Amino acid sequence: MTFPRFLALALGLSLSLAFSNAHAAATGAVSAPVETVKPWVRWMPANLPAAGYVTLVNPSKEDVVLAGVSSPDYAEVMLHESYTAADGSAGMRMVDRLTIPAGGRVALAPGGYHLMLMDARHRIEPGDTVVIDLAFADGRHVSVRFPVKPANTRS
Amino acid sequence: MSSRAGLGNRRSAGVRTEGDRARRFVFATLLVMLLGLLGACSRHAAETWDLTEIRGYLPDLGFSLKTGGNRTITAADLRGKVVLLYFGYTHCPDVCPTTMAKMAGVLHELGASADGVRLLFVSVDPKRDTPALVEAYAKAFGPQCIGAVGTAAETEDLARKYRVAYEALKPDSDGNYDVMHSKGIYVFDGRGRARLLISDTDKSQAIVHDLRQLVSPRA
Repeated sequence: MTFPRFLALALGLSLSLAFSNAHAAATGAVSAPVETVKPWVRWMPANLPAAGYVTLVNPSKEDVVLAGVSSPDYAEVMLHESYTAADGSAGMRMVDRLTIPAGGRVALAPGGYHLMLMDARHRIEPGDTVVIDLAFADGRHVSVRFPVKPANTRS
Repeated sequence: MSSRAGLGNRRSAGVRTEGDRARRFVFATLLVMLLGLLGACSRHAAETWDLTEIRGYLPDLGFSLKTGGNRTITAADLRGKVVLLYFGYTHCPDVCPTTMAKMAGVLHELGASADGVRLLFVSVDPKRDTPALVEAYAKAFGPQCIGAVGTAAETEDLARKYRVAYEALKPDSDGNYDVMHSKGIYVFDGRGRARLLISDTDKSQAIVHDLRQLVSPRA
């Protein structure tokens, strides 16, 4: 290999590395505290509260704590949990903090944890995509794109 | 070579006489007759149900509520249809839609039989749920779904009649509130009789089986 050729290769390599770093920083991939699997929102008519679902995977060796949720598309977002009371009736409760254990995962799924999405800031229809920001206790955060699916979607 | 000898041995041991053949024929004939008899019996025997039977435990389907267009809807309007009665509220973002979506899946699996079924969603939140809202909500899950709501007093009476528990919880600072409510779905047959209870742990396959049986009962 001639020296100029080596130089060109090295330059190219460092350029592509720099680009991928910039790209990662822009999408938050490097600092993302969790991986988000299969996000989706169940659409509701008449601007009724809708639910967002996603599985949060924590591949790191430290627990991460979800401490806040918000969205540019909804005036109000809350983390809720559906539960069954002793008498068999269904209820919902607010969840302030949700720990995703090191090397583990937590599913926000129908009948359990879910993001309650209220007061859409604009008209939302099935087929749209909405963005929900997940803020973690250590200050990191991740923006997740949620496809909006019809009301009768199973899961 | 030894295996061939073995086969030959067995064959020679099984040589049949004319008498054997006659006995076998009689036995086979009797068996066929017996099976035929069993088949006839099972056609007339009670059907088996996968869901919880509640026949005789609840009053016949009876209600008068408002649906879309502020129209009155009563049990008489649903005569001849298998009715799935579910109590919930439209501001419930998770449990009610999940149940409704599951039932929409069941209706889809029923195919043409789904026309003989109506899913009646009755609001336990008459304060917020208007007839138009509850109907729009129900219709989002499928054409066989009907939304209905009564006055506060009518809702209370209906819930008491069908032993449904519900309770509006304390509103937050924005006036939003959740409603605790029973999760079961009652199934009424085409004559309005309470027949089955669907609980949220019942598999779709079991629900499809029982509804198909109710829509087209055997002779």
